[in-house]
Amino acid sequence: MLLGIGVGYIFRKKNLSFISKVITVLIWILLFVLGLEVGSNPQIVSNLGKLGVDAILITVGALLGSITLAALLWKFVNKSKVE
Amino acid sequence: MRSSLIIVGFFILGSLLGYFGVVPTSFLEGDISFYALGALMFCVGISLGSDPETLKSFKKINPRLLLLPLLTIVGTLVGAAIVGMLLPGRSVVDSMAVGSGLGYYSLSSIFITEFKGAELGTIALLSNISRELLALLLAPLFVKYFGKLAPISAGGATTMDTTLPIIMKFSGKEFMVLSVFHGFVTDLSVPFLVTLFCSI
Repeated sequence: MLLGIGVGYIFRKKNLSFISKVITVLIWILLFVLGLEVGSNPQIVSNLGKLGVDAILITVGALLGSITLAALLWKFVNKSKVE
Repeated sequence: MRSSLIIVGFFILGSLLGYFGVVPTSFLEGDISFYALGALMFCVGISLGSDPETLKSFKKINPRLLLLPLLTIVGTLVGAAIVGMLLPGRSVVDSMAVGSGLGYYSLSSIFITEFKGAELGTIALLSNISRELLALLLAPLFVKYFGKLAPISAGGATTMDTTLPIIMKFSGKEFMVLSVFHGFVTDLSVPFLVTLFCSI
């Protein structure tokens, strides 16, 4: 990725709009392959419900953690404006 | 939104083809996904490096607010770690690896599948898609109870594209540059954090 940043910076004056299309297609391929792996693995298919619940719980934890700190920063920034 | 649906569509199509055995699984034993992943990282790098204008606009942000991406990452990891402790059968580190996707579901699920297998990769996909959806749907509630920075923090790595319009609507237009900056930093950190928590 760092190599890509360097290359992108050197060629920044060229038209690089095709890159975002390449990215999109690569993501399609990789997600398709991930799907193949999931679908052909009976252990994952039969546990899909539990995996979903785990996924949502992790998300809820992650969201609560990040918005709590965001709320603290928001209070801190506003306090320093008033003073 | 449409592009997200197409991405999820490819995943579902792959799952169905795999489930019904249409595509032979020997197809998966090669290193296709590894090379595609390398190519993907290279292209993401090119698109970041070729846009110096975005980088310049970041200088206008209130220096205290520059802390926000860091707080998002720390808050996410702490929250995910706590859930990982409570969940039976999931380790704390696995849970943190999923959380460190920060809503960037395509990249994080691909990485985690490569390092930890398709099961945790699927959790990463579902978890990070739901993060994006919740960030979109709950933005007004977040502003009301947690302040105007909360929707940005909740959006994680998506705040420079998919969740940006919602953030501008509920937090205000003046948060646009901060939101893009936040998305930029968290986006960049996803591959590093995910690799870190997959290799511990």
